[in-house]
Amino acid sequence: MNDAIIKTQQLRFSYAGAEPPAPMVLDGVDLEIEAGSFVAVLGHNGSGKSTLAKHMNAILLPSGGAVYVDGVDTREEERLLDIRSTVGMVFQNPDNQIVANVVEEDVAFAPENLGVPPAEIRRRVDAALKQVGMYQYREHAPHLLSGGQKQRVAIAGVIAMAPRCIVLDEPTAMLDPIGRGEVLRTIKQLNRASGVTVVLITHHMDEAAQADRLVVMSKGKVVADGPPREVFQRVEELKSVGLTVPETTELLWQLRQEGLDVPLDALSDEECAQALYRLLSGGKEGEL
Amino acid sequence: MALKDITLGQYFPGSTILHRLDPRTKILCTVAYIIALFLAKNLPGYLILLAVLCALTVVSKVGFGAVLRGMKPIFIIIVFTAVLNLFYTPGQGEPLLSFWVFRVYAEGIWAAVFMILRIAMLITCTFLLTYTTSPILLTDGLEKLLNPLKAVHVPVHELAMMMSIALRFIPTLIEETDKIMSAQKARGADFDTGGLMQKARALVPLLVPLFISAFRRADELAVAMECRCYHGGEGRTRMRVLKLGTADVLALAGGAVLCVLVVLLGRIF
Repeated sequence: MNDAIIKTQQLRFSYAGAEPPAPMVLDGVDLEIEAGSFVAVLGHNGSGKSTLAKHMNAILLPSGGAVYVDGVDTREEERLLDIRSTVGMVFQNPDNQIVANVVEEDVAFAPENLGVPPAEIRRRVDAALKQVGMYQYREHAPHLLSGGQKQRVAIAGVIAMAPRCIVLDEPTAMLDPIGRGEVLRTIKQLNRASGVTVVLITHHMDEAAQADRLVVMSKGKVVADGPPREVFQRVEELKSVGLTVPETTELLWQLRQEGLDVPLDALSDEECAQALYRLLSGGKEGEL
Repeated sequence: MALKDITLGQYFPGSTILHRLDPRTKILCTVAYIIALFLAKNLPGYLILLAVLCALTVVSKVGFGAVLRGMKPIFIIIVFTAVLNLFYTPGQGEPLLSFWVFRVYAEGIWAAVFMILRIAMLITCTFLLTYTTSPILLTDGLEKLLNPLKAVHVPVHELAMMMSIALRFIPTLIEETDKIMSAQKARGADFDTGGLMQKARALVPLLVPLFISAFRRADELAVAMECRCYHGGEGRTRMRVLKLGTADVLALAGGAVLCVLVVLLGRIF
């Protein structure tokens, strides 16, 4: 069992200055993110999932409760740079997080801020760009790249900080399907090959399904937490908080409503097809 | 209107000796050249400066065509200054030409010629700087050169950071302007006809969304920069370290020699 890299304790948050009584954006969130895991946070608009993400590297500080990053309370101001270089953050709009007008200069931005020696920055920048598959574009201007490429540059910019955890706040929301695929592959590769903890904030069911663990948020609270396979079986519950389920689960759930005996935990297209095949061939095990 | 056609920074990528010089050297040499230009009093001085400029233009491989094209926007100013100098320089002896209230003296012709040369050379030498130095290096060079001003609380790092962010966002905002314009045109907005006032008024529905989005971008960028541990210039290192090489020392010495030479020529002739 690994240690928790991010831990929230009864985390509560409301925007100061909002009309009283200020609505609680986060209302008692208890969460432990294990080092090395791939966690997806799913929620409807206004469920507080982005606000939760911003607490994970001290962009926002809790109104109540506490957040610990690698054991450090995020309210400890003198440890701010440690916290932010431990947990990197990638946002929705790639255009608004790229600082420099050359790709490699942008990737170098974070290590430059941390005062890393020039030769080491060079090494990290090259390694980060290779990891996201953008090395051949290192001297390009970012505004000439596609959305998916820009987002991969933004991810490289965070990796160059050598963080132990990356939080991605709807990184694919503004991308086309090709860009989405590129970014998701990069994220999974980072988690599997480099052991970086990944927290993926999303409202795409199919993205959430690829995580090891799925946390569902609604109205500032965690309403479900577990492996995607288990969480998606709670179809009614998910629907009640304004979420849909992956199309495969939806299909099997509809069939079950009609009284057919199909399992609900078949997530991938392949598994779903197998389940249907078994149903149609009268319960016999078989390959397609 | 093809907004995307606007070229900014005017940088011609290349790998000539001029491109490879340290930006600080180039900035200082440009300043030295401008000083020499204002110290030059006579023809030999100007000829030497002109020869140096031509040699640099050839070395930079930018091409005389590009240099002349760069001169186009200020053509009117050059002509205007030359004409004023031509007619309003008082001279000793007989006027060469006189009609109505105008008198043209030999001194006036020389003054006009020198003025044309001076402005044209001034513009060309600064063009050579921006043609051969990428905006990012130029900003870096300026930041390093102005560093001593930090002692008197000039926010040098912040200014350089603002400049490089502005350079980064110009193409993004141009793209956005294009998009907003298309959206407005699709709903019947007319940007191309009417008088000046009407055209200016048509820009309001373009500028308002552009400004709002620019502020939103600035907000998001600030958060993203904080997430990447930006905390001002203190303790910051750079991936690209500016280093002065032998070529830079020679170039700087050359700039100094040029100034001295021009002053000496002014004394001798």
